[in-house]
Amino acid sequence: MSTLTETAEEPRTTSARPAYRVTGRRVLASEWAKLWSLRSTWITLGLGLVFLVAFGLISANRYKSGITSGHMDHDFAGATAVSLSLFGTHFAQMALGVLGVLVTAGEYSTGMIRSTLAAVPRRLPVLWSKAVVFGLVALAVGTLGGFVAFLTGSGIVSGTPAAMGLSHAGVPRSLLGAGLYLGLVGVIGTALGALLRSVAGGISVLVATLMLIPGLTSLLPSSWKDHIGPYLPSNAGESMFAVTHDSTTLSPGAGLLVLLCWTALVLGGAAYRLARSDV
Amino acid sequence: MIDARQLTKRYGEKTAVDGLDFVVKPGTVTGFLGPNGAGKSTTMRMIVGLDAPTRGSVTVNGHHYARHQAPLQEVGALLEAKSVHPGRSAYNHLKALALTHGIPGRRVDEVIGLAGLGSVAKKRAGAFSLGMGQRLGIAAALLGDPRTVMLDEPVNGLDPEGVLWIRNLLKGLADEGRTVFVSSHLMSEMALVADHLIIVGRGRLLADTTVADLIREAGGDTVKVVTQDPARLRDVLAGPGVDVSGRIGSEELRVTGLTAREIGLKAAEHGIALFELSARTVSLEEAFMDLTRDAVEYHGTTTGTESVGRPA
Repeated sequence: MSTLTETAEEPRTTSARPAYRVTGRRVLASEWAKLWSLRSTWITLGLGLVFLVAFGLISANRYKSGITSGHMDHDFAGATAVSLSLFGTHFAQMALGVLGVLVTAGEYSTGMIRSTLAAVPRRLPVLWSKAVVFGLVALAVGTLGGFVAFLTGSGIVSGTPAAMGLSHAGVPRSLLGAGLYLGLVGVIGTALGALLRSVAGGISVLVATLMLIPGLTSLLPSSWKDHIGPYLPSNAGESMFAVTHDSTTLSPGAGLLVLLCWTALVLGGAAYRLARSDV
Repeated sequence: MIDARQLTKRYGEKTAVDGLDFVVKPGTVTGFLGPNGAGKSTTMRMIVGLDAPTRGSVTVNGHHYARHQAPLQEVGALLEAKSVHPGRSAYNHLKALALTHGIPGRRVDEVIGLAGLGSVAKKRAGAFSLGMGQRLGIAAALLGDPRTVMLDEPVNGLDPEGVLWIRNLLKGLADEGRTVFVSSHLMSEMALVADHLIIVGRGRLLADTTVADLIREAGGDTVKVVTQDPARLRDVLAGPGVDVSGRIGSEELRVTGLTAREIGLKAAEHGIALFELSARTVSLEEAFMDLTRDAVEYHGTTTGTESVGRPA
């Protein structure tokens, strides 16, 4: 008996140490837990969802009241149930993109990154995990919000020229496209945060890319504008969820491809900086 | 076991760490001492791979930190108290770190208890006091049951009870056979816990020694004697292990190897009159300040600074 107790009390450092090990799946699990253990995640995702649904409903209602009163706004000419109900995408992308920036840059501003990288000193798995976890969450929220907005919005505009149903050609593709677009914006935000290591910097660049630069292209000569415009992240994204396409926009597939290239570019830059520089 | 070889870190023009060579051995507490700005934190950051060395290398338990399969099981580090997201609770912070390694939940509870955080574990870390933040950092350092524990200024912000807790913790960890490496700019604190000392100044190694050796080299226990007949007293005191020094024509002698009591008795025995007999023990603090005097980065402007620790 006594020998048994003695072996049990051997110092833990020499033998019988549990075999811990860092794996990709475990880093994913850690990033998943980190995301949901912050209040800002719940608030911002909730905001994104509210933006998507509420602005979709508001624009559908405005359209409907324009039809019934006979005073139709110029903006609504050629509107469809999809374009009306996905109106909130412009605002939801800000909420999701900003949360993406916070997921990475927030670790730098708080100092958490030192704990994170001391646990995973190979570093890159952290970036991939953050991008995957947050990209999927943003995709899920975007898709859910898009479908809810469409189902309620199309109910409002039924019986008007904009009316469309889920079975209408291109509608499911548009709604999934919107979810995918928001998911990729989330990944871009995550990558921008990791690249710039600053919450303010990441959000500024995100807002500039998605909202300011598309407006600035109108300053370019029209021949340039037609060549550059469609390839901007926001315009490429818009062609992913638009129902109708013309000569100045990309096809949904091409839009997705262009946006994927932008995402890969920023993510590559973020990976380079993460692997190379001190924290 | 930490092994640094020619470890160097340069930030632009400034060299923060300059060719450090040292080994930190298991089973003892090794103090890492130096004035502010001596490069202690930078060295520790390089050990866990947060900063890449400009030149040289440092390994932990035989490998570079990032090469280990379970880094938290090799080195548990407290670098800065604020390495925590203030919006996350202490429990969730530790849980997230544990998940990367597959460390079970009961170990998280264990270190929370060990660090005395039980009552605040579910509170946001941002609301923690400096001392509580420090305890959370230490809980994180111990999470992987690491073979090497490395703490940067662990007693900062702790109350006396916390300081005592840290001292006992460090000694306990060393007794279990772990490598314990602790930095401080306070010699007095280190003297109470460390057996071995690595002293740096301006990024350079100044001493790699034990506490006892450091005192001996800095002048040890000298006794100052002023007597009427220094020549005779010299002869009377002479013996193995005894060193007597003094200027010719002066009544003052400095004796090492004998206590003041022994000198007094011998002088009385031979009827030699003594005017003064005083033991001058060099404190560790003085020895440390002597060593780092030229390496102090930021001198105070108080006129007294220059004479502290080196009686004329």
